[in-house]
Amino acid sequence: MSEKNNKSFLEKAADSQVWKSIFRGGGVPRNRRQRMMSVLNSVFLHLHPVRLPKHAVKLKFTWCMGGLSFFIFLILTISGILLMFYYRPTIEYAYTDIIDLAEQVPFGIMRELHRWGAHAMVITVWLHMFRVFMTGSYKPPREFNWAVGVVLLLLTLLLSFTGYLLPWDQLAIWAITVGGNMARATPFLGSEGPGAALLAIGDINFVTMGSDARFILIGGRFMGEAALLRFYVLHCIGLPFIIMIFMAVHFWRVRKDGGISTPV
Amino acid sequence: MPDGKSTVTKSPDPKSPAALGKTTKDVEGLNRRSFFSWLSFGWVGFVAATGGFFTMLLRFLFPNVLFEPVQTFRAGFPDDYIIGEVSTKWKDKYGVWIIRNDLGIYALSTVCTHLGCTPNWLSSSKKFKCPCHGSGFKATGINFEGPAPRPLERYRIVLADNGEIIVDKTQKYQQEKGQWSDPEAFLMV
Repeated sequence: MSEKNNKSFLEKAADSQVWKSIFRGGGVPRNRRQRMMSVLNSVFLHLHPVRLPKHAVKLKFTWCMGGLSFFIFLILTISGILLMFYYRPTIEYAYTDIIDLAEQVPFGIMRELHRWGAHAMVITVWLHMFRVFMTGSYKPPREFNWAVGVVLLLLTLLLSFTGYLLPWDQLAIWAITVGGNMARATPFLGSEGPGAALLAIGDINFVTMGSDARFILIGGRFMGEAALLRFYVLHCIGLPFIIMIFMAVHFWRVRKDGGISTPV
Repeated sequence: MPDGKSTVTKSPDPKSPAALGKTTKDVEGLNRRSFFSWLSFGWVGFVAATGGFFTMLLRFLFPNVLFEPVQTFRAGFPDDYIIGEVSTKWKDKYGVWIIRNDLGIYALSTVCTHLGCTPNWLSSSKKFKCPCHGSGFKATGINFEGPAPRPLERYRIVLADNGEIIVDKTQKYQQEKGQWSDPEAFLMV
């Protein structure tokens, strides 16, 4: 009896059926193996290395830029979902909803948080890449994870680009006008790109203003409502969905390829 | 069971079903050979279904009907335009400048040929100036400064039966392709 009473609240909780049903294995991990198993048995923690050497997490070595990038991504996800409650992606409302978010909605800083967070994430991703390059962490067996990281950089930039249009102000419209016109110069797939004229039978061109890469990007021949809606869907659903898959692979490969910043 | 080697070299096996005058189906229902032929059917079907799915997915992104502004408009009568002036009347609504000179009238696109911004007509210095990267065009549309690689485009311009000007933006004429000499690129009045 006395032994039972000596148990701490945490230990009692850890022995309960509820705890054991949620955390596979259950109980408070007491030795190295149990601690390792508790990480391996959690869907969230198992993406993370089970064991981190002290020297590997030194700030002066890692700069914590990968972790910061992920942290900012979480901030952007949460603030972005909150912004979606007020923002309507139509030409009539888009700009005024942004003004509304800044001036009338409680915590007008939410939109600024999202905007500055987006800038910060691009910076931290670049610095993370710079650190990985300078410490040679792209070398085998981590070369595949470097490639995954390049895709993540691309997705980060695409998220920035698609989000840039949403306020529908002059800056946004012209940035996307220019961006869309670059798509028009895509080889073979853009109506004014090299090789597009080859994809024709007689006088019938298959890659025209109404069927090229720019058309699929902005949903029309001219910058307008369809472009706003497409960029909105890509920004809020499409690209975050893809980037989360790549991030999961990225983190899991960090663990599998020998942890962060340790010589392998 | 015939061993693997005999199947490869195809040497007649006295105990094989064929030798005994039976079809393979009678004996086993599904042997190695017919399994692979069925498997190839399966793969072809799978690839076709997947290809069809992605084709549909891609096609879905190309709309059949576009809800975009009308591309053809009536721009009034030739006498509404003063000789030697650039009319910015239709710039905001249709993205077109209408310019009349001694010979006639032409419709100039307001899309900068550098990266697609909209230049402004500066009547004091008699030029179109793009605010994005500083490209400059003469009233004719010929580029003369900044990064623009070619002149502004002209649109099809014709007269309607009642003498009104019709501007058709679906048809464009580029100077560098020699298209400005087309009779419908320039309205003689």
